[in-house]
Amino acid sequence: MNVRDDKLEYKVILEWVRENSSVLDLGCGNGELLSLLVAEKKVKGQGIEIDERAIYKCVERGLSVFHGDVDTGLSEYGDGSFDYVILCQSFQQVREPDVVLKEALRVGKEVIVSFPNFAHYRARLQMFFHGKTPVTPSLPYEWYDTPNLHFLSIFDFIEYCRKRNIRIKDSIFIGMNKRVSIFANFFAGVGIFRLSRYPCPSGSLKCLEPRGLRLFLRLKYRV
Amino acid sequence: MTVKTREDNLLSESQPGAKRIAKEEDLGLVETQYFTFAHPPHELVLESGEKLGPITLAFETYGRLNEEKSNAILTLHALSGDAHAAGFHEGDEKPGWWDSMIGPGKAFDTDKYFVICSNVIGGCKGSTGPSSINPKTDKPYGLEFPTITIKDMVVAQRHLVDFLGIEKLLAVAGGSMGGMQALQWVISYPGRVCSAIPIATTAKHSPQQIAFNEVGRQAIMADPNWKEGDYYGGPLPAKGLAVARMIGHITYMSDASMAEKFGRRFKDSKKFLKFDTDFEVEGYLLYRGNNFVKRFDANSYLCITKALDYFDLSGGENLHEVLKGIRAKFLVIAFKSDWLYPAYQSQEIVRACKMAGVDATYCEIHSTYGHDAFLLEFQQETHLISHFLRRVFDEYEALGECER
Repeated sequence: MNVRDDKLEYKVILEWVRENSSVLDLGCGNGELLSLLVAEKKVKGQGIEIDERAIYKCVERGLSVFHGDVDTGLSEYGDGSFDYVILCQSFQQVREPDVVLKEALRVGKEVIVSFPNFAHYRARLQMFFHGKTPVTPSLPYEWYDTPNLHFLSIFDFIEYCRKRNIRIKDSIFIGMNKRVSIFANFFAGVGIFRLSRYPCPSGSLKCLEPRGLRLFLRLKYRV
Repeated sequence: MTVKTREDNLLSESQPGAKRIAKEEDLGLVETQYFTFAHPPHELVLESGEKLGPITLAFETYGRLNEEKSNAILTLHALSGDAHAAGFHEGDEKPGWWDSMIGPGKAFDTDKYFVICSNVIGGCKGSTGPSSINPKTDKPYGLEFPTITIKDMVVAQRHLVDFLGIEKLLAVAGGSMGGMQALQWVISYPGRVCSAIPIATTAKHSPQQIAFNEVGRQAIMADPNWKEGDYYGGPLPAKGLAVARMIGHITYMSDASMAEKFGRRFKDSKKFLKFDTDFEVEGYLLYRGNNFVKRFDANSYLCITKALDYFDLSGGENLHEVLKGIRAKFLVIAFKSDWLYPAYQSQEIVRACKMAGVDATYCEIHSTYGHDAFLLEFQQETHLISHFLRRVFDEYEALGECER
């Protein structure tokens, strides 16, 4: 979990999640977000986490959590078992993000994904000027100790959703602990997406994103 | 098996469970109590269809039942355990088998909870078993003793819980065979259990587990003193039972814990004495085996291991079908080096919980102790169990009902 942007990141997710809904938090870590959701949104929460130390923390917080692998931990759940499946800063850490997201979209009615943006300007500058693997507030690890297995940008993800025909219901970008509304792929350290398992109803204006409004999208995300 | 070798204790810092252990108090002197029921003609009809009665169950209780009777926890023991889970019996040097977990400020906090530990039918620790007197013949049952299952053990315990005036148990908890009983409790009496803590256990015995038990049973039955189970009053089938126990002990430890405990060390400097027990590990097993004979009945060993082997919680159905609609919360605990009840068996329980929509928590504790870990890794277990129980208890207190 990155240090600087997580408060706002949690706030965004808290805003998105409905009260009394059911949440599956994949890679829930110490259970910080999940316990917030339980406390403030009265959700019925379930976490999955691979780290034994983190499991103890979760149990201390009174959460229900499974000690195990996110990559293999979803197959038992039926379609639409949860209102939300959350991958908060864990999406880039799973072995097969493609498979996990597909499963998450099957198991959850909505999926909330957040990840560090590899195309953040600070990362770009470090790469360009120093020729080194970037270390930034949202990517705080050295190359030799990072839990991240995949390095993707906000734009990568949008393109990926388009390719997979995944509907993005909402997206919020965070940089320097503020919302970033323009050139997100350049200025945002973290991207947060709300995805739906249901494809766009035809003719809905809200649903044009990300297929339509290409020009706007270019300004909003891509640099 | 007292040396803690684990270097990186995952709970070394700022853990309430760990802290509480430091200032633990003892339960002091405790006594085993006995409850007798199923007097003829109202005998208990067992799963096999046979009848058994009267039945005595040995049990102990620690702590105090609150007014609402909402703080009762039933703890259940493993194959060779007994009702004496915690505290000291008069004159004893060693406390009960789960004393590290049950007591004031411990995982099963007797300041907060009323903890019951029940023995099982078929045993030889004060409950009705093959060595008890058969009222019809005035002689020990021996092989006349009916076939017992885990389900039967649980039915008998339900009579005890009824007798204690408890409608709803806050938790049923146990390791190994105790875990099977805990699972069976939830399935047999779903409305009477708020939560279950099955530890290092399985929802059904695997062929490998049956195989190990069968070798133990064959060892007992091959002992000439066994005499078709009719050995009471004469020499005991001690050799056979000791061998059975030795096999058991091998399966309770791990390769690593044996290497740690014994290495290839010799008992003394003498070597090459023909087939003498010259390795430390041999001496240990022999000691354990011979000691066991003094405190356990061979027919009970046969009877209980068979109950274990028959155990299949779902009765051949899909486990998740059986768990459907269960409101009890689960805390499932397994241990990495346990190869007798490997973690995959606990994961099967957890998978079924997921499919059935049962609220569950699962933790696979890193340990090198093998199956014995459930008796030894009490710091980790304490952390998980104390917090889990607090949550279940708080919910029960707040809602006046443990179901969500």
